[in-house]
Amino acid sequence: MTTSAIQRGARRLAAVLALAPLAVSADWDNINLTRGVTPYSQEVYQLHMLILWVCVITGIGVFGAIFYSIFKFRKSKGAVAAQWHENTLVEFLWTAVPAVILVVMAIPATKALVMMEDVAHSDMTIKVTGYQWRWRYDYINEGVFLYSGLARTSDVARQLNSGIDPKTVDNYLHEVDRELVVPVGRKIRFLTTASDVIHAWWVPALGWKRDAIPGYINESWALIKEPGVYRGQCAELCGKDHGFMPIVVRALPEAEYTAWLEKTKAEQAPKTADSASAPAVTVATAQ
Amino acid sequence: MSEAVAHHDAHHDYHATGMMRWLTTTNHKDIGTMYLIFSLVMFFIGGAMAMIIRLELFQPGLQFVNPQFYNSMVTMHALVMIFGAVMPAWTGFANWLIPLMIGAPDMALPRLNNWSFWILPFAFTLLLGTLFMPGGAPAGGWTMYPPLVLQTGEAFPFLIFAVHFMGASSIAGAINIIATVFNMRAPGMTLMKLPLFVWTWIITAFLLIASMPVLAGAVTMLLTDKFFGTSFFSAAGGGDPVMFQHIFWFFGHPEVYILILPAFGIASAIIPTFARKPLFGYSSMVYAAAAIAFLSFIVWAHHMFTVGMPLAGELFFMYATVLIAVPTGVKVFNWVATMWQGSMTFETPMLFAIGFVILFTIGGFSGLMLGVTPVDFQYHDTYFVVAHFHYVLVTGAVYSLIAGTYFWLPKMTGHMYDEKLGKLHFWLSTISVNVLFFPQHFLGLAGMPRRIPDYAVQFADWNMVSSIGGFVFGASQLLFVIGIVKCIRGGEKATAQVWEGAYGLEWTLPSPAPYHTFSEPPPAASIEGGMR
Repeated sequence: MTTSAIQRGARRLAAVLALAPLAVSADWDNINLTRGVTPYSQEVYQLHMLILWVCVITGIGVFGAIFYSIFKFRKSKGAVAAQWHENTLVEFLWTAVPAVILVVMAIPATKALVMMEDVAHSDMTIKVTGYQWRWRYDYINEGVFLYSGLARTSDVARQLNSGIDPKTVDNYLHEVDRELVVPVGRKIRFLTTASDVIHAWWVPALGWKRDAIPGYINESWALIKEPGVYRGQCAELCGKDHGFMPIVVRALPEAEYTAWLEKTKAEQAPKTADSASAPAVTVATAQ
Repeated sequence: MSEAVAHHDAHHDYHATGMMRWLTTTNHKDIGTMYLIFSLVMFFIGGAMAMIIRLELFQPGLQFVNPQFYNSMVTMHALVMIFGAVMPAWTGFANWLIPLMIGAPDMALPRLNNWSFWILPFAFTLLLGTLFMPGGAPAGGWTMYPPLVLQTGEAFPFLIFAVHFMGASSIAGAINIIATVFNMRAPGMTLMKLPLFVWTWIITAFLLIASMPVLAGAVTMLLTDKFFGTSFFSAAGGGDPVMFQHIFWFFGHPEVYILILPAFGIASAIIPTFARKPLFGYSSMVYAAAAIAFLSFIVWAHHMFTVGMPLAGELFFMYATVLIAVPTGVKVFNWVATMWQGSMTFETPMLFAIGFVILFTIGGFSGLMLGVTPVDFQYHDTYFVVAHFHYVLVTGAVYSLIAGTYFWLPKMTGHMYDEKLGKLHFWLSTISVNVLFFPQHFLGLAGMPRRIPDYAVQFADWNMVSSIGGFVFGASQLLFVIGIVKCIRGGEKATAQVWEGAYGLEWTLPSPAPYHTFSEPPPAASIEGGMR
């Protein structure tokens, strides 16, 4: 198993060296940023690719000149050193041209940032609170909340020398005991905060991460376009189990989401004072 | 001209012998040597920690260490490498070279010089001692963000005082360098004739003086928050955890240029030497370094875009950050233009210097990408960032340090190093370092956060590749030590000039450089000859 992983890795490395990532391949998701499922994540992806290509082209120019010099201007090939130095025009150009490219890049970047920071006109609000080491989600104005931590299967497998091969565990370290359920097609405002240390809530498919800081409430938003399950994890070092704080977002069509919400509301409705009362009765009285 | 400056130095190089020589020395060369050896030892201690990190990350699942110890390794690796390996190495080179380059007999403040070195062993005894304390070594990251860092066990005050000591040492070193360069230049050595290593170091010294006290203030506030009931950074007590990050990064961003600016100076010395062609634009290099230093003070919040700043703040820090690409580009273009139409040879220092230019530029590209705020919301705190700062620190700062070592080692020891071994060291390092760090870009983009001891299985392949690269890179550095030891113990005699294309005052001295040099200032003609 180990050897095959090494072979696989070596093959991929060879592929990388052959500039294979420039072609669309099945492994694209393993080496590049996700396009994600929100309008913002797609803006970010476009911007990422734009800057990446600017860097690649600049790199080809700069490294090309270096390698040309290395092969052409060698003493062993009889190259005689010129003694010129300083040239105002050249120096002006290599200062001004990059500056212009940066300004051109800054325009879409500014637009994307303005888009991200516009949390107005949201359709619903979810408060995300980071704890060492799980998340709490409050559906504001719905009276519903849930805690979400690492799934039991992953938690057993991740113990030191557990003897369980992570590859046999479904969604190892990216599975939770209770998922965050959200509707598609609604602008969801996320409020992030924390109760102990700083955490960061990150689901790559949504296109952003935001720190969850004690004493602060940060605002962000997401409008998920496709139903699906989107996974992420805590992104700010928060203590020993920082690596074991996954996030799973299940995006449902509106009707299914509403059904889920009603069901959860019923489950969480205040129970009657007497603990002896049957659960069915409790639900009925809460309605 | 070399005999003119050397002959009268030999008769008064009395000094204590044995351990007392090294404890009491005020000689810039002795102190420089101690700094460099200290730094090399720390490089291997920090490197051993990196090997533990890569070993645990070799496969998914936890096989070797528990998560708390892993976090300690991540934290200590950074502190040891930044404050123990790279910064003392620069001060070591400054001690050795600045007096030789400006034609001064020694540093301006020799006793302070001794003291600033000898603080360091105490600082790192405090820091490394925490590994054996109840609760373990600090594990909250080298950035020491509260409230997490306040959960550190008995190691906490040791961490704070170690940082204070390191800061005091750096500030003393910086004061000494500024005092030396501004007061002890040989007649005729005007500021705009200084070698670029000296220029970049003066700028670095000012950055140190401006930023290290800020760090000292920040960690002192942590100390009082922990032990004296203050609430500077505790939201529950009316404080602000984000304020720590602002203060820390106001130190932290100039700090990254403290680590890299002298590297620019070394590349600017080595590339013209082996291209046998003057540096393309001396004055534009000086101005670019100064511009980078200025900008480094107004970009700190790009390390914390995700804390939730106002839109105007995010825009300002994005624009200021990407602007650094302009002066940095000027530097890279200058090195390329220096090589263009040169007559190049590829001894080990040149190989590492060219490796530095190319690989540091790759780190610069990912830095540009990280500077764009909306995309940083994805990149932040992922392995993409880890790849970025290791490209600029390992293949940037460390490569330049290695290049500088091979370049000036013959001047320090009087022997040539083993060229074959040096070239082997370069090729093994350069291949493995890219196997080590390039795949980390992919891991970060694919969604792997930093500072985690275990990961989801889709990250397994590239982590394994990266670890293999790491082990080879780590082992390759043993060749560096072997090469240095061999060169100290013997080897082909080095000439005064050492390199055919070498220029500058240090090459007018015999090799090895005598214990005392430039007791009388060098003739003005040699300064003109050194200036290219």
